[in-house]
Amino acid sequence: MAEQEVHHDRATRRLWPALAFPGTFWLIALFLVPIYAVMAVAFSGSINIFGEPNPAWNPLDWQFATFNEVVSESVSGTYQEVWIRTGAYSVCALLICVAVGYPVAYYTARLAGKRRGLVLALILAPWWINYITRMLAWVNLLQDDGYVNKTLGIFGIAPVEWLSGNSFTVVMALAYGYLPYFIIPLFASLDRIDPLLLEASRDLGMGAARTFLRVTLPLSKMGLITALVITALPMAGDYYTNTIVSGSPNTSMVGNLIELFLLQGPLKNFGASLVLLLSLVLMFFMAYYLILTQRASRDTQ
Amino acid sequence: MTRTAVAPGVGVETAPAGRWVPPWRNPWRRPYVLWTITWLYILWSLVPVLIAVQFSFNDGRSRSTWQGFSTQWYCCVEGSIGEDPSLLLALRNSLILGVATVLIATPLGVALAMGLTRWRARTSRVANGIALVPLVTPEIVLGSALYLVMVNLYQFVPLGRPAMLLGHVTFSVSYVLVIVRSRLLSIGGEYEEAARDLGASPLQAIRTILIPLLMPSIFASAMIVFATSLDDFVVSQFLFGDASNITVPIKLYNAVRASPTPALNALATLLLVGSFLALILAYIALRARRRGSGSPLDDLADYG
Repeated sequence: MAEQEVHHDRATRRLWPALAFPGTFWLIALFLVPIYAVMAVAFSGSINIFGEPNPAWNPLDWQFATFNEVVSESVSGTYQEVWIRTGAYSVCALLICVAVGYPVAYYTARLAGKRRGLVLALILAPWWINYITRMLAWVNLLQDDGYVNKTLGIFGIAPVEWLSGNSFTVVMALAYGYLPYFIIPLFASLDRIDPLLLEASRDLGMGAARTFLRVTLPLSKMGLITALVITALPMAGDYYTNTIVSGSPNTSMVGNLIELFLLQGPLKNFGASLVLLLSLVLMFFMAYYLILTQRASRDTQ
Repeated sequence: MTRTAVAPGVGVETAPAGRWVPPWRNPWRRPYVLWTITWLYILWSLVPVLIAVQFSFNDGRSRSTWQGFSTQWYCCVEGSIGEDPSLLLALRNSLILGVATVLIATPLGVALAMGLTRWRARTSRVANGIALVPLVTPEIVLGSALYLVMVNLYQFVPLGRPAMLLGHVTFSVSYVLVIVRSRLLSIGGEYEEAARDLGASPLQAIRTILIPLLMPSIFASAMIVFATSLDDFVVSQFLFGDASNITVPIKLYNAVRASPTPALNALATLLLVGSFLALILAYIALRARRRGSGSPLDDLADYG
C-alpha cells in the first residue's frame, strides 16, 4: 500500500510538469524570445546594406545611441507632439468610457431586472463584432454625404469633414471602439457586490447618493481599475483606428509611428526603440494590474 | 406598494402618512436616467453596424444612399464576393487560419491548464506568470515583437500563413488557459483521486474523468479562440507578408479608404456571421454545463 502510494506520487509528480511543458515552451519561444528580439533590434549598433539594423543578440554588443535619440526626441523633439497627442486622446477617450460605461455597467448589473439577459447579450454583442467592421460602419455614416451629415443638414448645419484629420472623430472612434472592453470587467465586479450590503446601507439611513459613494464605488474600485487598464493598454498602442477614421499625420499617435517605422521603411531600430519606450510607459500599468489580479485570485482560492 | 410605504421608514420623522417624498429621495423609484443611458449606448453601439449590414444588401454602388434591396454584392455582379477572387481568398485564408489556430491552441492550452493547476511548485508559478502576461500585452507590442523575431531569428518560418499561425496560437493559448483553469479549480481534485484510488493510471484518470468533465469549457474555449482568430487584425497585419495571405480584417482595413463598394460590407457581414456562429455554439456548450444556476452570459462576461 505504502509502496503503491510512493509510486502513485512519483508518477503524478512527473505528469503535471510534462503536461505544462509544451505550452510553457511555446510561450518562451514565441513570447519571451520575441520580446528579447525587440531589444536586440532597438539596441543594434550596425546596419546592413539595405540600411536595416543587424540585431545585437549579445547584450555585451548593445549600443544605446538609437534608443537615446528616440527618448530625447520623445521628451523634447519631433516625437514629443505625437506622445502628447497619444496621451491626450487616450485620456479623453477613457473619460468618455467612464462617463458612459459606468452607468451602463451599473444598470445592467443591478437594475435591469427581468431584461437582464437581453441587456447583457446586447452589451456583449459589440465585443464580438470585428473592430475593423465597427470602424467601417462609422466610415459609412461619416462620409461627406453620409447619414450623419444628412441629419445635420435637417437642422441647417453645414456638412462637416469628419474623416480627414479631425481629432474629435478620432477620440470618439477610440471611445466607441474600446467601450465594450471597458464595460464588461466593470459589469463583472459590480455584479459580485452583495445586494444585502446596499440594503443595509439604506436601512442605516444613507440616501441613494451616499450609498453609491460609500458602498458601491469602493467595492467596485478593483473592477474600475481593471477596466481602465484593459482599455488603456491597447488604446495607447492603437494605430488602425486613426488610419481608418483620419489617415492624416495631424492626428497620428505613437502606434502610427511604430507601424510606419517597422512595416514601411528600413528604420526598424527606431520602431523597436519606440515599442520599448511604449512598453516601459505601459509596464507600470501592466505590473500594477498583474499584482492586483494575483492578489485577488489568491484571496478567492 | 407595500415596499414604498416601508422604504422611507429610514427616518421615521420623514416617512409617515403619505407626506410627499421628492423622487430623488425614494430609493425604489424607477432608474429612468440609467435606463436611458444604457439603451442609448446599446443603440449607439449596434445601430451603425446594422446599417453597415443593411448596405451590404444595397442595389447600387453607394454605401451611403439606399437604392433598394438586392443580394448582388454577395454573388454575381462584378466586384461581388462571388466574383472577386481577392475577397474569396481573404475569406478562405481567414477560415483556414482560424481552424488551424483552434487545432493547435486548444490542446496546448488545455494541457498547460491541467499542468499548471495541479502541479504545485515554484516553477509552475513562474510559468503561470509567463502565461498570463500575453493577456495584458498590447497587441502592437506582441505584433511587432513577433514580426522582428520572424524576420531576424526564426528565418525558417516564412512570413505569411505559418508566421500568422504561430502568432495567433501564442495569444490564444492564454485564453484557453484562463477558461479551462477556472473550470479545473471549480471541480477540484477529488474525482481524479477517486479514480486513482480505484486503480486508474494518471493518464487514464485524465482521459476518462478529467477530460469529460472539462469538455464544455474546452469546447467553449475552442469557439472563443476561433472567433478571436477570425477577428484578429494587428498580429495578422504584422505577419501576413504579401497579398496572397491576406485575411478578412486586413482586406477590410486596406479597402476601407480606397473607393470601396458594398461588397466590402458584405465581406464584413460574413465575418460577423462567422464569429457569432462560433459564439452561439460556445454559449450552448456553457449552458449545457450550468443548467439553471445563472446565465452562461455571465461566464462569457467573465472570460474577457
